[in-house]
Amino acid sequence: MSKDNQILEDLNSKEYEHGWSVNFETDEAPLGLNEDIIRWISTKKEEPLWLLEWRLKAFKTWQAMKEPEWANVHYAKMDLQALRYYSAPKQSKKPKNINEVDPELIAIYERLGISLNEQKRLQGIAIDVVLDSVSVATTFKETLGMLGIIFCSFSEAVKEHPELIQKYLGSVVPMTDNYYAALNAAVFSDGSFCYIPKGVRCPMELSTYFRINAANTGQFERTLIVADDSSYVSYLEGCTAPQRDENQLHAAVVEIYAGAHAEVKYSTVQNWFPGDKDGKGGIFNFVTKRGICAGDHSKISWTQVETGSAVTWKYPSCILKGDYSIGEFYSVAVTNNYQQADTGTKMIHIGKNTKSRIVSKGISAGKSQNSYRGQVQVMKRAHNARNFSQCDSLLMGDQCGAHTFPYIDIANPSAKVEHEATTSKIGEDQIFYCNQRGIATEDAVALIVNGYAKEVLNQLPMEFAVEAQKLLALTLEGSVG
Amino acid sequence: MLSIKNLHASIEGTPILRGINLEVKAGEVHAIMGPNGSGKSTLASVLAGREEYEVTEGEVIFQGKELLELSPEDRAREGVFLAFQYPIEIPGVSTTNFLRTALNQVREYRGLEPLDAVKFLSLMKEKMALVEIDQKLLSRSLNEGFSGGEKKRNEIFQMAMLEPVLSILDETDSGLDIDALRIVSNGVNKLKSEKTATIVVTHYQRLLDYIVPDFVHVLYKGRIVKSGTKELALELEEKGYDWIKEEVDSTATV
Ligand SMILES: Nc1ncnc2c1ncn2[C@@H]1O[C@H](COP(=O)(O)OP(=O)(O)O)[C@@H](O)[C@H]1O
Ligand SMILES: [Mg+2]
Repeated sequence: MSKDNQILEDLNSKEYEHGWSVNFETDEAPLGLNEDIIRWISTKKEEPLWLLEWRLKAFKTWQAMKEPEWANVHYAKMDLQALRYYSAPKQSKKPKNINEVDPELIAIYERLGISLNEQKRLQGIAIDVVLDSVSVATTFKETLGMLGIIFCSFSEAVKEHPELIQKYLGSVVPMTDNYYAALNAAVFSDGSFCYIPKGVRCPMELSTYFRINAANTGQFERTLIVADDSSYVSYLEGCTAPQRDENQLHAAVVEIYAGAHAEVKYSTVQNWFPGDKDGKGGIFNFVTKRGICAGDHSKISWTQVETGSAVTWKYPSCILKGDYSIGEFYSVAVTNNYQQADTGTKMIHIGKNTKSRIVSKGISAGKSQNSYRGQVQVMKRAHNARNFSQCDSLLMGDQCGAHTFPYIDIANPSAKVEHEATTSKIGEDQIFYCNQRGIATEDAVALIVNGYAKEVLNQLPMEFAVEAQKLLALTLEGSVG
Repeated sequence: MLSIKNLHASIEGTPILRGINLEVKAGEVHAIMGPNGSGKSTLASVLAGREEYEVTEGEVIFQGKELLELSPEDRAREGVFLAFQYPIEIPGVSTTNFLRTALNQVREYRGLEPLDAVKFLSLMKEKMALVEIDQKLLSRSLNEGFSGGEKKRNEIFQMAMLEPVLSILDETDSGLDIDALRIVSNGVNKLKSEKTATIVVTHYQRLLDYIVPDFVHVLYKGRIVKSGTKELALELEEKGYDWIKEEVDSTATV
């Protein structure tokens, strides 16, 4: 057995630090999935009829669909009838502001390092927190309101801004798009909604924090971001879940609409419970994220740092419809132990002079499998489309796998598409060099990995970048030496 | 300060060092010379704690401590510095960031507070002047795309920042032009003190005009086969290594 193998045998990764759960009173739907449950959810949320009908239609479509199997991931399928599709902390009434939120809930978020207290947040990040199935608090609402920015929970948006929801819901990710998107459309319970009016530059980061607390509950949130012409917004999403032995399902949908000259930056730091070091438990993260650059000169930029989940299936994509529109995808995906990730992007060039850029950095350790899957599609009338893709894989040890599946599909001869891929190993030379300067091995790995992922981490807002760096180090702790 | 006794080391079962004895006292400069493949870099690596090399016999005492018992990072924190013959590239990590991490870990080990950004920067400025290194180089990815000379200069800059007790320079002169050689040597000389020692590994006498050694040792086939003063280096320059090889090989016993 080589030395590397020995080291990896001893591999003992740091325990997941957000693995606790809290007991509090909840409002729950009965177990299982059928039309009645969907009606139950819709009634619970006091939804208009059109939305119930939309859900039921999605459910019908979903019933005829099959769980996709093309991804390079292997897992025992979940019994979707054994799940609960709605769970919410009991609150006597919907809080109007943060002072009315149940202190126990506030405490949960404090423990996660997220302060809901607006005074305490120096950086000015407005945050919407979603616990299990519902949004529990949204901060800075009034400040944003003065600019005409709407930032609220999805449920509230359905009540307060039905015309916007009706116009955009399902416009980017149709309810029938795929198995998980259809499931989400049928049973989604909450999420965030954000609307930036024409010409407004959102003065602070908007952020949603997702937390799964309840057991046997799937989380199906929906995020809808609409950036009207010439507006700008930077949006952050973070998530954690308790450590549980059974797998839990997270099937979210994110839709982004960007009007002419609008720009949306969407950043995710995904830290769902990855399962323990023997591969037991963990979140199945099956997420559909897509943005449309609907107007000319618009831009959508996805940045993701994926460290958690047992299985990840996720391809944040851009439809570049407007002429001169730009799509970007920056990704760091780390897998350790028995984690599996199949993630990447789709860039669909429809408009003229559209540009896309893909930077994917995979890091695999332990016995994990890490796949990049990306598609660049240039349609017939997309003259002068440009794409650049850079897909790098970093391997730690020799029991993990890194895979790259690039698909290129070009219908216009003027397109220029470049693809570069590299695979490297963290060198013992590099670690020794760091050691020789007094740097401990764990810190050396963190330094090297953060250096490797720098191009992506640089895309994150400052506060998030620091958190992401720590998270990368934590995920890989114990994977070398 | 450093006492190496009967040190044997092998790699993948092949013995490379075959009984090294060496005493280095504070304030001294020792030069280690010898033909290619004689084990000079191996000796440097074993002292620094590279794990590929297996020490099969012998001991090394550094400032009263069993050096071979310490992890590579603790050796560094105790004050052992190795300027690499082939410095390693770390993409995406600037020299500045790298050294800040290193220096603070060394300081922590020594029970000192970490340096804040301002103090760190002023220390950098001071040491940059010493080895005439450009700030631009320090914000680039460590050693990535550096010229041979830049890499070596960067090694000495790191040495200046970490203020080691024992510095081992492994062929720091190779790849340097005359000006760079002078600058790097000046830097090394300015860092010398009564409390520190330097081991200079080199092929060429040239470097020893600048960094004047107190002792010169010739390493051949994993042993120190001749020791002397700086005149020995001159003699080697003139006569090459063949006469030493012959001397050793003719008296060698199996
Ligand atoms: N990783 C290795 N595997 C096998 N042999 C090695 C390795 N590293 C060094 N050696 C051998 O050890 C001997 C000494 O090498 P080295 O210490 O680099 O010599 P020097 O620095 O004096 O030129 C050489 O014969 C070299 O081929
Ligand atoms: Mg050498």
